[in-house]
Amino acid sequence: MRSVFLLLAGLAAGAFLAPQARADSASAVVGKMQPLKTGADVYKHVCQSCHMPDAKGAEGAGARFPALAGNAKLASADYPVYVVLNGFGGMPWFSGMLSDQQVADVVNYIRTHFGNHYTDMVKPSDVAAQHPTIKSEED
Amino acid sequence: MTNAFRRPVATRRQMLTRIGILGGSAALYQAMTSLGHAAGTDFQGPPALSGGKLGTKVLVLGAGLAGMLAAYELRKAGYQVQILEFQDRAGGRNISLRGGDTLTELGGAVQKVQFASGNYINPGPWRIPYHHQGLLHYCKTFGVELEPFVELNHNSWLHSSAVFNGKPVRYRDFAADFTGFTAELLSKAINQHKLDDLVSADEQAHVVSAMRGWGGLTADGAYRKGAISSLRRGFAKPQGGGLDGAPVPSDLFAREDVMRSGLWQWMAFHERLDMQTTMFQPVGGMDQIGKGFNRQVHDLITLNCKVTAIHQDDRHVTVTYNDMAHGGAVRQAEADYCVCTIPLPVLSQLDVQVSGPMKAAIAAVPYASSVKLGLEFKRRFWEQDDQIYGGISFTDQPISQISYPSHGYFSDGPAVLLGGYMFGPAAYDFAGMTPAERIEHGLAQGMAIHANYRKEFRTGVSMAWSRMPWTLGCCSMWSEMARKTHYKALCEIDNRIVLAGEHASYVGCWQEGAILSSLDAITRLHKHAQGAA
Repeated sequence: MRSVFLLLAGLAAGAFLAPQARADSASAVVGKMQPLKTGADVYKHVCQSCHMPDAKGAEGAGARFPALAGNAKLASADYPVYVVLNGFGGMPWFSGMLSDQQVADVVNYIRTHFGNHYTDMVKPSDVAAQHPTIKSEED
Repeated sequence: MTNAFRRPVATRRQMLTRIGILGGSAALYQAMTSLGHAAGTDFQGPPALSGGKLGTKVLVLGAGLAGMLAAYELRKAGYQVQILEFQDRAGGRNISLRGGDTLTELGGAVQKVQFASGNYINPGPWRIPYHHQGLLHYCKTFGVELEPFVELNHNSWLHSSAVFNGKPVRYRDFAADFTGFTAELLSKAINQHKLDDLVSADEQAHVVSAMRGWGGLTADGAYRKGAISSLRRGFAKPQGGGLDGAPVPSDLFAREDVMRSGLWQWMAFHERLDMQTTMFQPVGGMDQIGKGFNRQVHDLITLNCKVTAIHQDDRHVTVTYNDMAHGGAVRQAEADYCVCTIPLPVLSQLDVQVSGPMKAAIAAVPYASSVKLGLEFKRRFWEQDDQIYGGISFTDQPISQISYPSHGYFSDGPAVLLGGYMFGPAAYDFAGMTPAERIEHGLAQGMAIHANYRKEFRTGVSMAWSRMPWTLGCCSMWSEMARKTHYKALCEIDNRIVLAGEHASYVGCWQEGAILSSLDAITRLHKHAQGAA
């Protein structure tokens, strides 16, 4: 299935596509999306699907999507960069799907919005330094 | 009158070649089957468990297919079984939505399904490959009637925003041209001696002959406009009867457009083992399977139980839960063993007393995001105007695909189709929208394929799986590393607890995975319990 992804990525230059394969998915179909040019774009088109538009998260069945608004774990930028790249629990990894620039953008966006007022900014090179190698299973 | 459009007759040699090829592959298949390589999933028949020690209690968490199957087989084996379920319904991700249903998602959005009576959408699983023999076995056993699900429809549309002027093309037109041009290229390469280094003279003759038959080439090895190509892609003026019945061949697409469109991937899609015909769906909605399972074990299920903790010691498993039907009252259930089918994004956040490796495994598997749109239209315009009966149209837009109902053909009145099925980036995007926005985007994108989409639209519903409080995602998404590091620990019995569900299988995201995982888990648990007895 990875070949499908690579093909899509090659075809739709500029489009936002996941290079990650979702090995046993029942769909194997991944549509393209608009380019994500800013941290706000990334937040709106990716993060808010779980963390919600107000970044307050949500409560599920004895489990939750954590709030990013007023989340003390954002104090060190390394932590959200790590989580976005590697995933956390049920949250998928975004390494390979978001560029270093997009990861930096969205971490900076989250750390300066939703009641967060951190002033140190993450650079794409900081993200690159943390890159994990995560490969989806091929089917 | 000569028949200008006669099908080319196979020569005796071509015939023999084909039979030879068929004989060869049949023999190969038989050899592979006996080695266990070609049989689909590894369902070996239902487990014959018996002799469960009287009074031994098993607590099953989750009334999806894995949980209900575990309960069914364990009770048969002699165990005392209880199921705790979070939702106010059994079935888990096996679900259908009908008019009158209410869908509430995280974030608070509430959708009231307004479909006409009898209509439904399967927002979760929706098709069953013929080789998912475990699931099919229990459908038969529990009296769930199945009908064909049309996966591949040669008259459906393929759409690329960037090629063919952004207009959809018929699968059959594209497939004929892609196959024909590919065969022609290979045929030419051989005839121009470009492959002499790679292919022996004998084999060259076979390949040229195969390409001619497979690709629909003319006797001189060309793929061109004419009878042969039109008998695959259809005629500009179709074959008729009587005086003016003579057909007119259709124009081919430009080879360059065919090759650069990337639309061949939708031909390849149907060739995947998971997608091959024959496919099935339950008559009346996918939830007929959940209902069939529920008929067997409904007396064991307590609904509205929000599990918060799963503890164990040398003698018992103790599960703490909030009884949501009674104001969230805290209750406990005790058992000798526990089969836990709670989806991992939820389970990883509960207080679960298992070994370090299992705990790490539970936290190591993210769940994919997926969104489906169910759209109801005033009439079956795809059938009436387009002669599309079931099957899937594909597009490179975020909605990815439109799938037409595989049932109720030729009926009047409103009908529901799958107006979008997103994974990956598009799923994140759609899940982040309001339900109304999802439908609006679905309609806008569908217009590129069906011009009368908006005019015929009645109502719609969207299911964003990451916003379902009971799964927080669609299904497990294993990385290579996680599988290597954590899979075994996830599946092993941890003292008195064993996990089951599609996440504990190599058939992830399919109901068959839940079935196979459940059967494996309870078979081992039974053995374990007997050893302990």
